[in-house]
Amino acid sequence: MIALKDIRNAIGIGLWFMFLTFPLLVIKVNPVEKTVIWRWNNMLLIGAASFVAYLVSHIILRRRDARQKRIRQGSEQITTQSNLLFLKTPKFLLALSCTGLLFALVFPALFSTYQINIMITALMYVVLGLGLNIVVGVAGLLNLGYVAFYAVGAYTYALLHLHFGLGFWAALPIGGLLSALFGILLGFPVLRLRGDYLAIVTLGFGEIIRLILENWNDFSKGPSGISNIPRPGFFGLEMSLETAIIYLYYLMICMVLFTIFVVNRLQNSRIGRAWFALREDEIACQAMGIDKTRTKLTAFALGATWAGMAGVFFAAKTTFINPASFTFLESAIILCIVVLGGMGSIVGVIVGAFVLILVPEYLRVFADYRMLAFGVVLVVMMLLRPQGIVANVRRTYTHKP
Amino acid sequence: MDYFFELLFSGLTRGSIYALIALGYTMVYGIIGLINFAHGEIYMIGAFTALVVSSVLSIYGLPLLAILVLTVLAATVWAAAYGFTVERLAYRPLRNAPRLSPLISAIGMSIFLQNFVLLAQTSDFQPFPNLIPQFAFMEPYAAIIGSTDLIILTVAALMMILLTLTIKYTRTGQAMRATAQDQKMALLVGINVDKIISITFIIGSALAAIGGLLIASHIGQINCSIGFIAGIKAFTAAVLGGIGSIPGAVLGSFILGLTEAFATGYVSSDYEDVFAFALLVLILIFRPAGLLGKATIEKV
Repeated sequence: MIALKDIRNAIGIGLWFMFLTFPLLVIKVNPVEKTVIWRWNNMLLIGAASFVAYLVSHIILRRRDARQKRIRQGSEQITTQSNLLFLKTPKFLLALSCTGLLFALVFPALFSTYQINIMITALMYVVLGLGLNIVVGVAGLLNLGYVAFYAVGAYTYALLHLHFGLGFWAALPIGGLLSALFGILLGFPVLRLRGDYLAIVTLGFGEIIRLILENWNDFSKGPSGISNIPRPGFFGLEMSLETAIIYLYYLMICMVLFTIFVVNRLQNSRIGRAWFALREDEIACQAMGIDKTRTKLTAFALGATWAGMAGVFFAAKTTFINPASFTFLESAIILCIVVLGGMGSIVGVIVGAFVLILVPEYLRVFADYRMLAFGVVLVVMMLLRPQGIVANVRRTYTHKP
Repeated sequence: MDYFFELLFSGLTRGSIYALIALGYTMVYGIIGLINFAHGEIYMIGAFTALVVSSVLSIYGLPLLAILVLTVLAATVWAAAYGFTVERLAYRPLRNAPRLSPLISAIGMSIFLQNFVLLAQTSDFQPFPNLIPQFAFMEPYAAIIGSTDLIILTVAALMMILLTLTIKYTRTGQAMRATAQDQKMALLVGINVDKIISITFIIGSALAAIGGLLIASHIGQINCSIGFIAGIKAFTAAVLGGIGSIPGAVLGSFILGLTEAFATGYVSSDYEDVFAFALLVLILIFRPAGLLGKATIEKV
């Protein structure tokens, strides 16, 4: 199975990584006492780990190559798809979504407030992911400043409450609309840009919004943020903290269902088809008579709307917001949800959001290594399964004679 | 008038640091069309390696000149090694994947490297020793331009000239240009494309490490998150000048550096980064391919 050559390569890889990590992982300088700590055990650890990692990945890759070769030669059928085909039948999907919904409904009765809070966060990211999915997954416009719209929504609620005493329900549509407006505002200048230029301009836009929130003290109270934002009310009923959180949880469930419904309908509508066409080929899409400007702007505006509404929910959940919650890392996480889950696929985005938000949350034991693992997962995922956890399957129509 | 010149030189210094990082971005983009998000972290790793090596050497009491030479050497060597490894691990297997995949992989690498340094070293700001000596002949002009600025400007200019000469006149440079133009064709004429891409990463990373070293000894402190904002700024500069074009990256960097310096000097220092991004948006609206970038006409 493992040839001598592989062992030799693995040793080489181990030595290379020992060299690579030498100055940062082995040497530690105490600048005050002027002493050097040599951590040689780290070096051995890295060497052994990369040795094993190389061998394991080598075996996995060789198996995959061998299997693909057999498939190409026709001696083996492509089996994974037929094995998983039952996953795609409507009956199974219906059962799955019913179970999921049932579980979601009884969730607050079974788990503590802490768990419910985590779940609310995860659901919020589902909404954010589905919103960004419209822009990136469906319309193919890479947006790295999505968090700006999230911030607009959150600050809309916080400021409207602060200055005019507006409640959650009034702020929700206003936050969505305002975000849509910002989406169009961003959309107009970047209409002519494509690909990477678009990515960097949206990134710049996100940073501009955050920096303005951070520095314009009279408007947004700067880095200290806005506190005492009320949770959503229920016809003026007084609620204890726990009930309020459970109530927010159910609101979030409704929000997610509403989002799924709308996004699903949108994808199969005329405008949704136009987005897909735009993603696949801009020129061909225009030749078919699709108005490029309007299609792109609606994608930006609709994507932003969901971020805005999620932002209002975020402000209501945490009751305190400051610009530090809206950094580029947040945009990157949302983008990763979409890509990891499977671009353009609604189920995929939901799975992606749960994986990316819940796994780090429950891995808090290894809190220090959380972000490190997050980075590794992104890279490995791209290497092994670039189409995402749940690959998007376009609806096809078969001719029945 | 002194104030104006002070700002001018501060802008030029910033610009040359941005240029050293932006060159790595633009070279990589020119060859494989990828935004190398981890490039900012390579710059940070260069600065950190320099910090560690120079501290160790000064504790063991080596003369200043030896420390300087060894630090520069170590920073460039290790940053280049990191750049090379990142490309092999995270980008090469994805060369034929859909366009978003390598980008996500790069974002993952960036998060990984930043947290790696955070865990391996520290998350606090570390004081960085001033490796650059103060020159006596600069004394009369100290209000306008410091010795460090002078060194930064000189080193950056030297590096850029060296890079231009390499790309223009050496075989490797020719091969790099050929690969950038058409990878398949370059393969056909016998260029080892994989090797050329690796070399591009190595050169870009070494330049970034020198930038990191210079700016760290200029500012006097570093931590593990300096890579992100520097990377974004340098990328902005590269896009400003037209990504993929080397003179464009230099021009964009100087425009960005000067804009920031004058805007913070005459308007307000709170909005330093806003000016940078606003400038980018404005230029891209009127010249969607950047200042020196060629607008590509898509043929069907």
